[in-house]
Amino acid sequence: MKGYTIMKARTMGRHLRESLKSLGRNSWMTFASVSAVTVTLLLVGVFIVIMMNLNQLADNLENDVEIKVITEPAADAEAVKILEKQVRETSGVSEVIHATKDEELDKMIKSFGDELNLYKQSNPLGDAFYVKAADPQKTAEVAEEIATYDNTDQVVYGEGKIEKLFNVLNMSRNIGMVLILALLFTAMFLISNTIRLTIVARGREIEIMKLVGATNSFVRIPFVLEGVWLGVLGAIIPMVVISVSYYELYSQWQPRLQNELFQLLNATPFILQVNGLLLFMGVFIGVWGSFMSVRKFLRA
Amino acid sequence: MIMMKDVYKKYPNGVVAANGINVEIARGEFVYVVGPSGAGKSTFIKMMYREESPTKGDIIINGINLATLRNKRVPYLRRQIGVVFQDFKLLPKLNVYENVAFALEVIEESPKQIRKKVNDVLALVGLTQKARMFPNELSGGEQQRVSIARSIVNVPKVVIADEPTGNLDPDTSWEIMKIFEQINARGTTIVMATHNKEIVNTIRHRVIVVDGGMITRDEYEGVYDYEG
Repeated sequence: MKGYTIMKARTMGRHLRESLKSLGRNSWMTFASVSAVTVTLLLVGVFIVIMMNLNQLADNLENDVEIKVITEPAADAEAVKILEKQVRETSGVSEVIHATKDEELDKMIKSFGDELNLYKQSNPLGDAFYVKAADPQKTAEVAEEIATYDNTDQVVYGEGKIEKLFNVLNMSRNIGMVLILALLFTAMFLISNTIRLTIVARGREIEIMKLVGATNSFVRIPFVLEGVWLGVLGAIIPMVVISVSYYELYSQWQPRLQNELFQLLNATPFILQVNGLLLFMGVFIGVWGSFMSVRKFLRA
Repeated sequence: MIMMKDVYKKYPNGVVAANGINVEIARGEFVYVVGPSGAGKSTFIKMMYREESPTKGDIIINGINLATLRNKRVPYLRRQIGVVFQDFKLLPKLNVYENVAFALEVIEESPKQIRKKVNDVLALVGLTQKARMFPNELSGGEQQRVSIARSIVNVPKVVIADEPTGNLDPDTSWEIMKIFEQINARGTTIVMATHNKEIVNTIRHRVIVVDGGMITRDEYEGVYDYEG
């Protein structure tokens, strides 16, 4: 008996032809599986687009959070410089903008009116640092750290409010992930069931192949390749529909959203990523479904 | 060629289908396996191509012990024995040519060799004209000829046939038997389970009678002399 032989390239070619032929010969089964993939990927795709954009909004909201550090008005320039250095070197700080007390006063005059002009004689304000945390979720920790430094008068970052904001954002992210995963599992279940039906109908064929001396992989490979084609075919419509609608949506709405906190994700890399993901999921689901279904008939 | 030693087979439901079978079949022999339904004839045949494994005992075919053969190796065993069934077991979506070629694709034969060997064997069974037809377009006798062609296309040393004429009318059965005789004449060992009294009594060969899971009679030039 010959040992395990590496499959010859022409046998791989045979499997490829066989898998394509099989799609045509089992046209109804092909149609059923492809529709199942199409429907689920369309759902998953739309959901991912929505989730990713909401995620983007959440990121924008988070990145809007900053800490305002007001120095002791009495602190001299040297002390302020030392404090700035300290703040910049604090771990977790990504960005520090220094506003002098005069700039701060100008800002106040702008928002509260010219009456404040009289303070220009002797400015009661201190310098301010606008600090951003590298991880917005760690804002409170960074603020606490900075508050311990000398010459800080006030450290403010919207205590209470931002914690709530972060809670809401984190929760919605988790819910989104769970929903996407649930949808994916449903899709895999649905598709593997459809494929299983097609293979049950072919259980007899598999039995015959094995009687003639086909190894498990010889039987399996055409089925798995068929799964690849089913996945690819099923991914086409969702990819086209989502690409076209997103480009349309993007070109319609993005101009109106200038300067808003909510921004649509740039169409170009985003849609390609979503398409790649859909294609990958289609192929994965198809292969997995075929593999699981054919496994049952290959035991013994 | 084929040897069974103290073969015992008990199914999970308690049925004992082989109860101490000892038999030896030499290369080039033609052996009929007869016996009433439910007597263990089917199990006897199925154990030879490892569709069933014995509970105890050894079955050696071509030097391979089927009792200890690992599942992974079964395909390699099947390539060395041709199997023909009562219900033909053709792949319904492949045409005659493709059905026969399948047995060669499995062993990764070159396309050129496949073409040559398939055409040769189709000529032998007289189906050259119908190579492009599908199983459901053929008569029972023709389907059985395809199945025989498939079983011998890679020149196995043994052909095992389980009631090959069971679904065929008498005339067709004789045609099929003629093909088996030809194959046997080339030196291939043939083990055939059958119920067909006329055939067994006309084309004389060794007859093994299986009853109650045991070989109750084993005669060269034997006859089929019981009802059932």
